[in-house]
Amino acid sequence: MKQVFKRPEAMTDKPFHFCPGCHHGIVHRLVAEALDHFAVREKTVGVASVGCSVFLYDYFAGEVIEAPHGRASAVAAGTKRVLKDHVVFTYQGDGDLAAIGTAEVIHAANRGDNITVIFVNNGIYGMTGGQMAPTTLLGQRSTTSPYGRDCHRDGYPIKMTEMLAALEGPSLVSRVAVNTPGNVKKARKVIRQAFQMQIEGKGFSFVEVLSTCPTNWGMTPQAANDRIAEEMIPYFPLGTLKQKDIVDVL
Amino acid sequence: MSIPKKVFTKGNEAIAMAAINAGCHYYFGYPITPQNEIPEYMAEHLPAVGGEFLQAESEIASINMLLGAAATGVRVMTSSSGPGISLMQEGFSYFAGNELPAVVVNISRQGPGLGGINATQGDYFQSVKGGGHGDYKLIVLAPHTGQELYDLTIKAFEISEKYRMLTLILGDAILGQIKEPIIPWIPEKISGDPDRDWLITGAKGRTPRKITSLFLADGEMEKHNWHLQEKYERLERDDVMVEEVDTEDAELIVVAFGSVARIVKSAIAQVREAGMKVGLVRPITLFPFPRQTLLDVGGRTKKFLVVEMNTGQMVEDVRLSLPGDCQVDFYGRPGGSVPTPEDLYDVISETYTAQSSN
Ligand SMILES: Cc1ncc(C[n+]2csc(CCOP(=O)(O)OP(=O)(O)O)c2C)c(N)n1
Ligand code: SF4
Ligand SMILES: [Mg+2]
Repeated sequence: MKQVFKRPEAMTDKPFHFCPGCHHGIVHRLVAEALDHFAVREKTVGVASVGCSVFLYDYFAGEVIEAPHGRASAVAAGTKRVLKDHVVFTYQGDGDLAAIGTAEVIHAANRGDNITVIFVNNGIYGMTGGQMAPTTLLGQRSTTSPYGRDCHRDGYPIKMTEMLAALEGPSLVSRVAVNTPGNVKKARKVIRQAFQMQIEGKGFSFVEVLSTCPTNWGMTPQAANDRIAEEMIPYFPLGTLKQKDIVDVL
Repeated sequence: MSIPKKVFTKGNEAIAMAAINAGCHYYFGYPITPQNEIPEYMAEHLPAVGGEFLQAESEIASINMLLGAAATGVRVMTSSSGPGISLMQEGFSYFAGNELPAVVVNISRQGPGLGGINATQGDYFQSVKGGGHGDYKLIVLAPHTGQELYDLTIKAFEISEKYRMLTLILGDAILGQIKEPIIPWIPEKISGDPDRDWLITGAKGRTPRKITSLFLADGEMEKHNWHLQEKYERLERDDVMVEEVDTEDAELIVVAFGSVARIVKSAIAQVREAGMKVGLVRPITLFPFPRQTLLDVGGRTKKFLVVEMNTGQMVEDVRLSLPGDCQVDFYGRPGGSVPTPEDLYDVISETYTAQSSN
């Protein structure tokens, strides 16, 4: 019988610990598929951030360094300086990248460090139990914004993709979602492009993935998925904001 | 590589030169006085050896870049001064948990706060008692001359690899800025062993590895901590470095480290000339602390004077190390005004005479 679907080689067979309906699992798979596509698993180093994705090393069948909370981009910058022929990527949440690690990612992007950053924006601190993130939408309730996020007190949800696209350093800056099969297909393509940029030495590539956290949003997986289209995408529009020349071989 | 027989150079440059000669080809750092000659030297000289210098956006970034590079097994270094070292404390804790080797230099300056750029030893506690979270230690080396800055920088790479621990070189503005003749040398080993079983190099043809400090399974974290403690015990047993001067017949022992120990040496030479039997114990490793040496010396001599350029930090470790019947006096200043040999002559001879009349 012809096999039509299998686990990517860049992925272990360990069952995910993620909650039902969480998009982290889909994003992990898309990253693994991209690494398979370029057959680079054995020369790839992942840098795990602190958040629900800290166990990246259990699921990615390559080598992983755990970074302190927010520092993944700096750790990756150091690793890539030594392992120039390797593929180095970080996988960071919105608390990790857009709050405590803002400086590290901006400067890695600005230097054009030849790494790939996968930014999983679920608008909440998942791992610590649903506190407000820098990307939490206005009015959204969280355990630390129990009356809803208020722009006068908390500021506005931060748009990292737009910010990074304003820099000269990055080769690719894009925002995708994985809430529908169509969006998954697009995300797969963009994540591949991001790794291709790195493999071709074009410098820093960044993909923001809008993601669910049904558990801390207090929603069913279906409702959480719907919320991506209804509330997240209108504020965080999808699309590639910056892309340096690339020969599309995908 | 051919190297000059003797160079006349600043302490900071001696450190940088030694690091490159020890095979350290990666440096990440952020400017701060009084250590800027280190990054400047690295920026100028690393390209020639095929290495890389990177100016980070902060010391938080530098220490994490160091972490990312150290995980691959290459020799890496960063340097800073008090305020920057404070920012690195989180990273130090991760280095300890992750068991990664690397070298950090603290050419310390006065604090607290922005402080001043003059010499001080106010960072002793921060260096040896932690500063980051968790039950961990750093290896801390305290050179007292330009040549020793050079030699201990080479030693720092070796010992950090031996124990998979971060090694901190604790100096100050006097040591970093003073120009002295130095005899450079190249160690036999200029890289860590490429076969180490934890190096992150991509998982080509082997099981993937991970560098982590997260242990959630029942009992695992405790086990890891006991493992770290075992290394610290081994260090205390095998790798203490300490200099003793004239301790055999001494009736008073001065204990001092780093730049101030050098001034103490001059003062002791003078009091010896005046017929007073005074010796020196100079810890070179601040961790592991030379507890056994002090215990031994304290068996013979009962009077001690600790001299520091702070208001009393190492003196606590000296008191903890010595037998209970020893008397420990302290002389310290919080940095900025460096005691002269004459100042110390007075302090030492007064302490000595007070003892003789007991
Ligand atoms: C220095 C530091 N501060 C706080 C924490 C606690 N902490 C762990 S994960 C996290 C936020 C995770 O949120 P995010 O990055 O959005 O990842 P998610 O779990 O949502 O995927 C925080 C605050 C920590 N580990 N270290
Ligand atoms: S808490 Fe949220 S982000 Fe974390 S695994 Fe569960 S759904 Fe996913
Ligand atoms: Mg999040």
